[in-house]
Amino acid sequence: MKNITKNKNNLYSLLALAVLLGFLAFLQSDTAGYSYQISILERSAIYGVVAVSMNLLTGFTGLFSLGQAGFMAIGAYIVAIFTIPVSARASVYYVSGISPVIANIQLPVPVALLLGGLAAAGLAALIGIPVLRLKSDYLAIATLGFSEIIRAFIAAPMFDTITNGSYGLKNIPGFSSIFTVFGLAALCIALMVLLINSSYGRTFKAIREDEIAAQSMGLNLFRYKELSFVISSFFTGIGGGMLAMFMRSIDSKTFQVSLTYDILLIVVLGGIGSVTGSILGSFLVTSGRELLRFFDEPLMVAGIQIPLFRSGFRMVIFSILLMVVVLFYRRGIMGDHEFSWDGLFRLIRGVPDRLKRLKKTPLKAGKGGRK
Amino acid sequence: MLTIKDLRVNYGGIEAVKGISFTVPDKSIVTLIGANGAGKSTTLRSITGLVKASGGSIDLDGTELLGMDTPDIVAKGITLVPEGRRVFPDMTVIENIRIGAYLRKDSLDADVEWVYSLFPRLKERSWQLAGTLSGGEQQMLAVARALMSHPRLMMMDEPSLGLAPLIVQDIFNIIKEINKQGVTILLIEQNANMALRIADQGYVLETGRISLSGTGKELLADESVKAAYLGKKKG
Repeated sequence: MKNITKNKNNLYSLLALAVLLGFLAFLQSDTAGYSYQISILERSAIYGVVAVSMNLLTGFTGLFSLGQAGFMAIGAYIVAIFTIPVSARASVYYVSGISPVIANIQLPVPVALLLGGLAAAGLAALIGIPVLRLKSDYLAIATLGFSEIIRAFIAAPMFDTITNGSYGLKNIPGFSSIFTVFGLAALCIALMVLLINSSYGRTFKAIREDEIAAQSMGLNLFRYKELSFVISSFFTGIGGGMLAMFMRSIDSKTFQVSLTYDILLIVVLGGIGSVTGSILGSFLVTSGRELLRFFDEPLMVAGIQIPLFRSGFRMVIFSILLMVVVLFYRRGIMGDHEFSWDGLFRLIRGVPDRLKRLKKTPLKAGKGGRK
Repeated sequence: MLTIKDLRVNYGGIEAVKGISFTVPDKSIVTLIGANGAGKSTTLRSITGLVKASGGSIDLDGTELLGMDTPDIVAKGITLVPEGRRVFPDMTVIENIRIGAYLRKDSLDADVEWVYSLFPRLKERSWQLAGTLSGGEQQMLAVARALMSHPRLMMMDEPSLGLAPLIVQDIFNIIKEINKQGVTILLIEQNANMALRIADQGYVLETGRISLSGTGKELLADESVKAAYLGKKKG
C-alpha cells in the first residue's frame, strides 16, 4: 500500500516536472515575445538559490546572517571580471583602463561561477572565525556591516581598474536559454537538500535547537557553524554570479542591503526551515512585484482618475499583502514543513470543509490561519 | 576513575566552586547534593569543559581533563545529561537519539535497540517530535541520547527536576539499571533522599565547599543532612 502511494507521488512529481519543462520550452520557443515572463522566472530561480542557501544557514543552523548581498557581490564580480569577452573589455573599462593582471584572462562560464562561489566561501571562512562567536542579532549586525564593506571596496576608486568603480561592469555574457538557469538552480538546490538530509544536516539542526545540549554531545560547535556558513556563502556566491549573468551589467549599487532584505523576505515568507518554502517564496515575491504593476498605472473610472493609482503605489499594496501574510501565516507559507503531494491533496480536500465552517460560523472566519 | 582535586571555578568574578576534592570510583554511583547555588552544576560543567576551571585538577584514569575542549572530553567517555533535559524539540525522538552518537561513525542500530530496550516508551514515540513528549519522557530521551555515546561516566544534572514522584522513581530505577550495566554515574540532585538511597558515595556541597561526605546510608542517617536536605527535624 505504502509503495503504491509512493509510486503515485513519484508519478505526480514526474508529471509536474514534465509540465514545467514543457512550459519552459514553450517560453523558450519565442524568447522575444515572452522576454518579460522569462526574465521574471529566471530572476525567481536565481533568488531561489540564494534564498535556500540563506535558509540553510538561518533555518537549519539557526545562524541569522545578513551578509547575502556581500557574498553575492563577490560571486557576481568574479563572474563578470572573468567572463566579459577580452575583445569587449576596452569598451567596458573605458574610463580608468583595465588592470594588466586580468586584462587577458577569460574563463569559461562554469569555471567562473565555481570560482565566484569558492571566493565567497573562502572569505566566509575568514570572517567566520571572529564573527561566528557572536549570536543572533549581533551576528546579523556584524555580517550586515561586512556586506557593506565589500560593497565599499568594490566601489572604491583604487580598484577602478578591476571593478570599474561606479561605472559598473557590462557586456557580461548572459544565459543561452532559460533551461540553463533552471538547470543550474536545480543543481545547486539539490546539492543543498542532500546536505540538509545528511548527518551534517542533523548536526546543524541540533545546533539550531540547543547549543549547550549539542555541545555536551561532544559536537564541535564552531566547526559546524563555520561549515554551514562557508557552504551557504558558496551557493550565495554562485547565486550572485548567476544574477550577474542574468542582468548582463552590474555595479556596486546592485548589491545594496535591500538585496539582502529581498532574500530575507523570501525566506521568511516561504517559511524559515523549509526549502520548498524558499523556492515558492522566491517565485511569489518576484512575480508578485511584477503583477502588481497594474497599480502603478493611472486608473480612470467613469472619467475620474482614481487618486492613489500612480507609480510607487504597487509597493504599498505589496507591503500590505506582506503584512497580511505574516499576520495570518506567522511561520511563513510552509512553516518548517516541506511540500508533499499528500499535503497538497489534504489541503484541497479540506477546502469544502473549511468553506462549510466559514458559512456556519461567519464570526470566527479568518481567525488563526494555518492549523 | 575520576579524581578531582582542589577544583576552583570562577563565574563572572565570583568563585562558585572554592576548591573541592572528591573521587568517583569505577562502576559506582556518586552523588553531589546541596542547595541552589552550592556549586553543583558548575562542578559538572567544568568537568565537561563547558565552563573553564580556574584551578585544581580533574584526572580521568591518569589523563588531566582540565583545559581540554568539550568534544575531546566527550570522546574520552564522559557525557553530561544537562539540567532541564535540553532535548532538541523540533527533531524527532530517533533523530535526538542518533545525534547522541555523533562522535562515532560505526553502525548505530544495535545501540538504538539497546536504548529502546531500556526505554520502551521512546520506541513507541520514535517519530514524534521531542518537544511534544511529556517531561518524564523528555528526561528519558535525554538519558537515552547521552547513552548513545557509550559513556564510561555519565553525569546527570538534576534528572528529577519538575517530574511527578512516580516518574522520578522510574528515572532512578533506570539510573540503577544503567549503573548495573557498567556505566559509572555522577549524579547531582536536590532530591537528596532519592539520590542518597541509590548512591554508593555522597558529598554535601555548601557554598562551593564540600561540608560532608560519606556513603549514601551514612549521609541519610546524618542529623545535619536530615535537617537541611531531607526536611526532617533534628532528633
